[in-house]
Amino acid sequence: MAGNSIEFDIKVPNKTRYLSLIGKIGEDIARELDRYGGDRDTLAYHLNLVLTEAMVNAIKHAGPNEPEKLVRIVISIISDEMTIRVYDDGQGFDINEIPPPNFDELEDRGRGIFLIRSLMDSVCYWKSHRENVLEMKKKLI
Amino acid sequence: MNLQNETRNDVVIIYVKEERLDAHNSSELKSAVQKLFEDGKKNVLVDLRDVRFIDSSGLGALVSGFKNAISHQGNLKLSSLQSQVKSMFELTRLHRVFEIFPSTSEAIDNFQ
Repeated sequence: MAGNSIEFDIKVPNKTRYLSLIGKIGEDIARELDRYGGDRDTLAYHLNLVLTEAMVNAIKHAGPNEPEKLVRIVISIISDEMTIRVYDDGQGFDINEIPPPNFDELEDRGRGIFLIRSLMDSVCYWKSHRENVLEMKKKLI
Repeated sequence: MNLQNETRNDVVIIYVKEERLDAHNSSELKSAVQKLFEDGKKNVLVDLRDVRFIDSSGLGALVSGFKNAISHQGNLKLSSLQSQVKSMFELTRLHRVFEIFPSTSEAIDNFQ
Protein backbone atom coordinates (compact mmCIF):
# COMPACT_ATOMS: atom_id res chain seq x y z
CA MET A 1 0.00 0.00 0.00
CA ALA A 2 2.25 2.76 -1.33
CA GLY A 3 2.90 5.63 1.04
CA ASN A 4 0.14 4.46 3.38
CA SER A 5 -2.25 7.05 1.89
CA ILE A 6 -5.47 5.61 0.60
CA GLU A 7 -9.25 5.85 0.90
CA PHE A 8 -11.97 3.24 0.54
CA ASP A 9 -15.59 4.32 0.20
CA ILE A 10 -17.85 1.28 0.53
CA LYS A 11 -21.63 0.91 0.45
CA VAL A 12 -23.21 -2.39 1.41
CA PRO A 13 -26.80 -3.44 2.12
CA ASN A 14 -27.60 -3.11 5.82
CA LYS A 15 -27.70 -6.86 6.33
CA THR A 16 -25.62 -8.85 8.78
CA ARG A 17 -24.66 -11.29 6.02
CA TYR A 18 -22.21 -8.64 4.78
CA LEU A 19 -20.36 -8.38 8.10
CA SER A 20 -17.72 -10.91 7.12
CA LEU A 21 -17.07 -9.11 3.84
CA ILE A 22 -16.51 -5.77 5.59
CA GLY A 23 -14.41 -7.40 8.31
CA LYS A 24 -12.26 -9.07 5.66
CA ILE A 25 -11.52 -5.69 4.07
CA GLY A 26 -10.16 -4.53 7.46
CA GLU A 27 -7.99 -7.64 7.71
CA ASP A 28 -6.62 -7.17 4.21
CA ILE A 29 -5.77 -3.53 4.91
CA ALA A 30 -3.81 -4.55 8.04
CA ARG A 31 -1.77 -7.02 5.99
CA GLU A 32 -1.12 -4.61 3.12
CA LEU A 33 0.14 -1.60 5.07
CA ASP A 34 3.58 -0.46 3.95
CA ARG A 35 4.81 0.53 7.35
CA TYR A 36 3.54 -1.02 10.52
CA GLY A 37 5.71 -2.03 13.45
CA GLY A 38 3.10 -3.94 15.45
CA ASP A 39 1.71 -7.42 15.09
CA ARG A 40 -0.28 -7.55 11.85
CA ASP A 41 -2.42 -10.52 12.81
CA THR A 42 -3.57 -8.68 15.94
CA LEU A 43 -4.23 -5.49 13.97
CA ALA A 44 -6.14 -7.54 11.37
CA TYR A 45 -8.38 -9.00 14.08
CA HIS A 46 -8.93 -5.61 15.69
CA LEU A 47 -9.88 -3.90 12.40
CA ASN A 48 -12.17 -6.81 11.54
CA LEU A 49 -13.81 -6.43 14.94
CA VAL A 50 -14.29 -2.65 14.99
CA LEU A 51 -15.71 -2.71 11.44
CA THR A 52 -18.05 -5.56 12.39
CA GLU A 53 -19.23 -3.84 15.58
CA ALA A 54 -19.66 -0.46 13.86
CA MET A 55 -21.64 -1.99 11.00
CA VAL A 56 -23.91 -3.88 13.41
CA ASN A 57 -24.45 -0.59 15.19
CA ALA A 58 -25.39 1.11 11.91
CA ILE A 59 -27.78 -1.74 11.02
CA LYS A 60 -29.48 -1.42 14.41
CA HIS A 61 -29.99 2.30 13.99
CA ALA A 62 -30.97 2.33 10.33
CA GLY A 63 -34.34 3.79 9.41
CA PRO A 64 -37.06 1.21 10.12
CA ASN A 65 -39.25 1.91 7.12
CA GLU A 66 -36.73 1.32 4.41
CA PRO A 67 -35.23 -2.13 4.80
CA GLU A 68 -33.24 -1.88 1.59
CA LYS A 69 -30.97 0.82 2.98
CA LEU A 70 -27.22 0.85 2.56
CA VAL A 71 -24.53 1.27 5.18
CA ARG A 72 -21.70 3.50 4.05
CA ILE A 73 -18.23 2.92 5.40
CA VAL A 74 -15.28 5.17 4.58
CA ILE A 75 -11.82 4.00 5.57
CA SER A 76 -8.97 6.43 5.03
CA ILE A 77 -5.32 6.19 5.88
CA ILE A 78 -3.23 9.32 5.75
CA SER A 79 0.35 8.96 6.81
CA ASP A 80 0.19 6.77 9.91
CA GLU A 81 -3.39 7.52 10.97
CA MET A 82 -6.41 5.46 10.06
CA THR A 83 -9.90 6.98 10.19
CA ILE A 84 -13.01 4.84 9.83
CA ARG A 85 -16.39 6.54 9.43
CA VAL A 86 -19.62 4.57 9.43
CA TYR A 87 -22.79 6.37 8.33
CA ASP A 88 -26.34 5.49 9.29
CA ASP A 89 -29.61 7.34 8.81
CA GLY A 90 -31.49 6.12 11.85
CA GLN A 91 -32.44 7.74 15.12
CA GLY A 92 -28.87 7.89 16.28
CA PHE A 93 -27.64 7.81 19.82
CA ASP A 94 -25.05 9.54 21.93
CA ILE A 95 -22.22 7.11 22.60
CA ASN A 96 -21.13 9.26 25.52
CA GLU A 97 -24.31 8.17 27.29
CA ILE A 98 -23.50 4.49 26.88
CA PRO A 99 -21.99 3.26 30.13
CA PRO A 100 -19.06 0.86 30.10
CA PRO A 101 -20.13 -2.72 30.75
CA ASN A 102 -20.61 -3.62 34.38
CA PHE A 103 -18.17 -6.51 34.65
CA ASP A 104 -19.93 -7.84 37.75
CA GLU A 105 -23.26 -8.17 35.94
CA LEU A 106 -23.62 -10.82 33.28
CA GLU A 107 -25.42 -9.05 30.46
CA ASP A 108 -25.94 -10.58 27.02
CA ARG A 109 -25.47 -7.21 25.35
CA GLY A 110 -23.60 -3.95 25.67
CA ARG A 111 -20.01 -4.85 24.82
CA GLY A 112 -19.82 -3.55 21.22
CA ILE A 113 -19.02 0.10 21.88
CA PHE A 114 -16.73 -0.93 24.74
CA LEU A 115 -14.71 -3.10 22.33
CA ILE A 116 -14.49 -0.28 19.79
CA ARG A 117 -13.33 2.15 22.48
CA SER A 118 -10.79 -0.36 23.76
CA LEU A 119 -9.22 -1.00 20.37
CA MET A 120 -9.27 2.46 18.78
CA ASP A 121 -7.51 5.63 19.94
CA SER A 122 -10.56 7.88 19.67
CA VAL A 123 -14.25 7.36 18.99
CA CYS A 124 -16.97 9.94 18.43
CA TYR A 125 -20.46 10.04 17.03
CA TRP A 126 -22.34 12.98 15.68
CA LYS A 127 -25.55 13.80 13.87
CA SER A 128 -25.79 15.90 10.77
CA HIS A 129 -29.11 16.89 9.20
CA ARG A 130 -29.25 13.75 7.06
CA GLU A 131 -27.29 11.08 8.85
CA ASN A 132 -25.28 9.97 11.84
CA VAL A 133 -21.58 9.29 11.73
CA LEU A 134 -19.52 7.02 13.97
CA GLU A 135 -15.89 8.07 13.60
CA MET A 136 -13.00 5.99 14.89
CA LYS A 137 -9.32 6.84 14.66
CA LYS A 138 -6.19 4.83 15.25
CA LYS A 139 -2.49 5.50 14.85
CA LEU A 140 -0.87 2.76 12.81
CA ILE A 141 2.60 2.65 14.30
CA MET B 1 -25.04 -22.02 10.97
CA ASN B 2 -23.13 -25.28 11.10
CA LEU B 3 -23.27 -26.81 14.58
CA GLN B 4 -22.34 -30.44 15.23
CA ASN B 5 -23.40 -32.21 18.40
CA GLU B 6 -21.79 -35.18 20.08
CA THR B 7 -22.56 -36.70 23.47
CA ARG B 8 -19.67 -38.09 25.51
CA ASN B 9 -19.86 -39.14 29.17
CA ASP B 10 -23.19 -37.37 29.61
CA VAL B 11 -21.76 -34.12 28.23
CA VAL B 12 -23.26 -32.62 25.07
CA ILE B 13 -20.48 -31.12 22.98
CA ILE B 14 -21.46 -28.48 20.45
CA TYR B 15 -18.76 -28.00 17.82
CA VAL B 16 -19.22 -24.57 16.22
CA LYS B 17 -18.12 -25.32 12.66
CA GLU B 18 -17.88 -21.69 11.58
CA GLU B 19 -14.97 -19.30 11.10
CA ARG B 20 -16.98 -16.42 12.54
CA LEU B 21 -19.31 -16.27 15.51
CA ASP B 22 -20.90 -12.87 15.05
CA ALA B 23 -24.14 -10.88 14.89
CA HIS B 24 -25.11 -12.77 11.73
CA ASN B 25 -25.16 -16.27 13.20
CA SER B 26 -24.80 -16.14 17.00
CA SER B 27 -28.55 -16.22 17.71
CA GLU B 28 -28.64 -19.76 16.29
CA LEU B 29 -26.03 -20.91 18.81
CA LYS B 30 -27.94 -19.15 21.57
CA SER B 31 -31.15 -21.00 20.61
CA ALA B 32 -29.38 -24.36 20.29
CA VAL B 33 -27.89 -24.07 23.79
CA GLN B 34 -31.19 -22.89 25.25
CA LYS B 35 -32.98 -25.88 23.73
CA LEU B 36 -30.49 -28.35 25.24
CA PHE B 37 -31.07 -27.02 28.76
CA GLU B 38 -34.84 -26.88 28.22
CA ASP B 39 -34.70 -30.52 27.11
CA GLY B 40 -33.15 -31.43 30.44
CA LYS B 41 -29.47 -31.66 29.53
CA LYS B 42 -27.23 -30.58 32.39
CA ASN B 43 -23.73 -30.50 30.92
CA VAL B 44 -22.95 -28.58 27.75
CA LEU B 45 -19.51 -27.95 26.27
CA VAL B 46 -19.13 -25.44 23.44
CA ASP B 47 -16.01 -26.21 21.41
CA LEU B 48 -14.70 -23.24 19.46
CA ARG B 49 -11.69 -24.79 17.66
CA ASP B 50 -12.89 -23.68 14.22
CA VAL B 51 -13.88 -20.16 15.30
CA ARG B 52 -11.26 -17.66 14.19
CA PHE B 53 -13.32 -14.55 14.98
CA ILE B 54 -15.85 -13.62 17.65
CA ASP B 55 -17.64 -10.29 18.13
CA SER B 56 -19.73 -8.88 21.00
CA SER B 57 -22.84 -10.71 19.76
CA GLY B 58 -20.97 -14.02 19.76
CA LEU B 59 -19.76 -13.35 23.31
CA GLY B 60 -23.32 -12.37 24.24
CA ALA B 61 -24.72 -15.66 22.90
CA LEU B 62 -22.28 -17.59 25.12
CA VAL B 63 -23.15 -15.41 28.14
CA SER B 64 -26.80 -16.17 27.46
CA GLY B 65 -25.99 -19.89 27.40
CA PHE B 66 -24.06 -19.59 30.65
CA LYS B 67 -27.03 -17.91 32.34
CA ASN B 68 -29.35 -20.58 30.91
CA ALA B 69 -27.12 -23.22 32.47
CA ILE B 70 -27.32 -21.56 35.88
CA SER B 71 -31.11 -21.23 35.73
CA HIS B 72 -31.41 -24.95 34.91
CA GLN B 73 -28.85 -26.04 37.52
CA GLY B 74 -26.55 -27.08 34.70
CA ASN B 75 -23.04 -26.30 33.48
CA LEU B 76 -21.74 -24.65 30.33
CA LYS B 77 -18.01 -24.72 29.64
CA LEU B 78 -15.82 -23.79 26.69
CA SER B 79 -12.90 -25.51 24.98
CA SER B 80 -10.30 -25.12 22.24
CA LEU B 81 -10.27 -21.33 21.89
CA GLN B 82 -7.91 -19.83 19.32
CA SER B 83 -5.59 -17.25 20.87
CA GLN B 84 -7.24 -14.17 19.38
CA VAL B 85 -10.68 -15.41 20.35
CA LYS B 86 -9.42 -15.98 23.88
CA SER B 87 -8.05 -12.44 23.98
CA MET B 88 -11.60 -11.13 23.43
CA PHE B 89 -12.74 -13.00 26.55
CA GLU B 90 -9.87 -11.39 28.44
CA LEU B 91 -10.63 -7.90 27.13
CA THR B 92 -14.26 -8.18 28.25
CA ARG B 93 -13.25 -9.97 31.53
CA LEU B 94 -15.39 -12.96 30.51
CA HIS B 95 -12.43 -15.31 31.08
CA ARG B 96 -13.26 -14.90 34.78
CA VAL B 97 -16.83 -16.08 34.17
CA PHE B 98 -16.35 -19.10 31.91
CA GLU B 99 -14.39 -22.23 32.60
CA ILE B 100 -12.17 -22.47 29.52
CA PHE B 101 -10.16 -25.59 28.67
CA PRO B 102 -7.40 -26.07 26.11
CA SER B 103 -8.96 -29.26 24.70
CA THR B 104 -12.29 -31.06 24.48
CA SER B 105 -11.01 -34.03 26.50
CA GLU B 106 -9.70 -31.86 29.36
CA ALA B 107 -13.09 -30.15 29.53
CA ILE B 108 -14.95 -33.49 29.54
CA ASP B 109 -12.78 -34.73 32.41
CA ASN B 110 -13.61 -31.59 34.36
CA PHE B 111 -17.35 -32.23 34.16
CA GLN B 112 -16.97 -35.53 36.03
